[in-house]
Amino acid sequence: MMFTNLRRHRVRTAIGAAGIALGVATMLCVVGLLGGAVKMFQRILNNDSEIVVFEKNVSDLFFSHAPVAMAGRLEKLPFVKNAQPVLFTIITAPDRPVITCFGIRASDPRLRKAEWLQGQAADFNDNGRGVVLGERAAEFLSAHAGGTVALGQDTWPVVGVVRIENGFENGGVFMPLAECQHAFHQDGVCSVVTVALHDGKGADDVKRWVSAEYPKMIAMENEEFNRSYSQFKIIKTTAWVVGGCAFLLGGLSVTNTMILSVFGRIRELAIARVCGFSRSQVALMILGESLLISLFGTALGWALSAAGLHLLRAIPALQGYIEPRIGWMEVAGATGLAVLTALAGALYPAVYSSRINPAQALRFE
Amino acid sequence: MMNSALANTHVSVVDVWKSFDQGRIEVLRGVNLQVARGEILALCGVSGCGKSTLLNVISGLEDVTRGQVKVAGHEVTNEAVRVNLLRHHIGYIFQLHHLMPDLTLRENCLVPLVATGGNRREGLARLHELAAATGVEGQLGQRVRELSGGERQRGALVRALMNNPELLLCDEPTGALDESNREKVFELLLGLARVCGRTMIIATHDPQIAERCDRTLRMRDGRIVGETTR
Repeated sequence: MMFTNLRRHRVRTAIGAAGIALGVATMLCVVGLLGGAVKMFQRILNNDSEIVVFEKNVSDLFFSHAPVAMAGRLEKLPFVKNAQPVLFTIITAPDRPVITCFGIRASDPRLRKAEWLQGQAADFNDNGRGVVLGERAAEFLSAHAGGTVALGQDTWPVVGVVRIENGFENGGVFMPLAECQHAFHQDGVCSVVTVALHDGKGADDVKRWVSAEYPKMIAMENEEFNRSYSQFKIIKTTAWVVGGCAFLLGGLSVTNTMILSVFGRIRELAIARVCGFSRSQVALMILGESLLISLFGTALGWALSAAGLHLLRAIPALQGYIEPRIGWMEVAGATGLAVLTALAGALYPAVYSSRINPAQALRFE
Repeated sequence: MMNSALANTHVSVVDVWKSFDQGRIEVLRGVNLQVARGEILALCGVSGCGKSTLLNVISGLEDVTRGQVKVAGHEVTNEAVRVNLLRHHIGYIFQLHHLMPDLTLRENCLVPLVATGGNRREGLARLHELAAATGVEGQLGQRVRELSGGERQRGALVRALMNNPELLLCDEPTGALDESNREKVFELLLGLARVCGRTMIIATHDPQIAERCDRTLRMRDGRIVGETTR
């Protein structure tokens, strides 16, 4: 009966489903896009490590000042495999006001694991001045290994060009840590120290050690950091709020569709009552129709979001920077919201339809 | 004797009043009526005299303002009783067919089956039996908008009979038909009622139809003002 009713009013059904589909697609695209961005940031920080150490009470890691000496002391602990200090900064080029600059050591896994397109890893050393460019940075700076590049107030020799999966790193500049500290007047400090453990064990010991030896610093396991870092929380919350607003609009579309559907067939519903439908059966029929619309819409929304994310991946400006990705949690969340929205949207029409007085409805024929 | 008469009463209406618009419009004013099982009763009177409202209170589609209505011994007081009666006991036919125009006649006639959640195979068998009896078997697959007025009303008759009701309530069932169809549909209705011993209450202002019923009650201003028994 519900399928039949939806089939009879194809246009109305399609409009309702389209509303939900756009809601689902918008939510999945926004959540996928911003979630992908968060994942990128997380990967920059994780850097083949289990723990990140930074200054307490800073609003952003760019403002964190951690002593580099701490990295050396951490590496002496028995359960620590290595500790890498990283200084995050923003540097400018003549045509590019904002380029992410990473002050790192030559032993940093970022460069060790990167695909070297020009130059070689040995050319990047802790005591030199030579910088390594990500592939995209080399493109937009029109620079190559063996040449120089103007960055900030100085000119730097380029010793290599690397391809890195992470878009931010691929569009960034890698500078020897000491040079970077000097250039940005940050001598002796870094933004974070990433700590890799032997077999991943000893995280609590590291945290205790940092807390005891460097009371102004905090050590967090990556998972813990990802959960509590306010920037990530803001991005994720924004994604769900924007997606939620899209759903609200989708929900209004379903409400409108179902109200029109009920008002347009009051006599039919009255006849259903005369044929023995109870009030609750009529209400459930309306709710069921709405649920079906939302399921059609959700399926359509999945397809739209898959296409949308595919398009986003293909946009050159976004390539590598943000990796749109959707997990089962996001799909389940969007589907759950679609169902809830549909049911909430159909609540008033369902209650209204169950209260139709069949005798009156037929009398005014 | 008294008990036997009571046991044979199919519909009992005792001092029923029905008003609308917060009591400003009184449509039924103290109606008393007993209908025996298998009786064919005509309700006659001009438009607005209360015939349709009386049928509605008997079926439970309208609540009474005062008084008591019993169908097959059940007092029509609440939703559960009303739903049960309409599902299993009462068939309702209106002046207009009230079929859904963009559904096929088959789909329309199966609506009562959806309400009861009855067995589809048995329902389809019954549908074909009734459609054959009413002469619309060939039209079951057609959409209602493609049917003639007489076919539509016969389709409505099939739908009303799908739950094999003991009581048929007919509100001007031939009022919208031309003369030839009017005669055919009424004959069919009468035949289907008599063969199965159904009780039928038919609201009409057609004296020719009323004359062929077992009893005729005349209504005026919400009251029963006369009775003819044949």
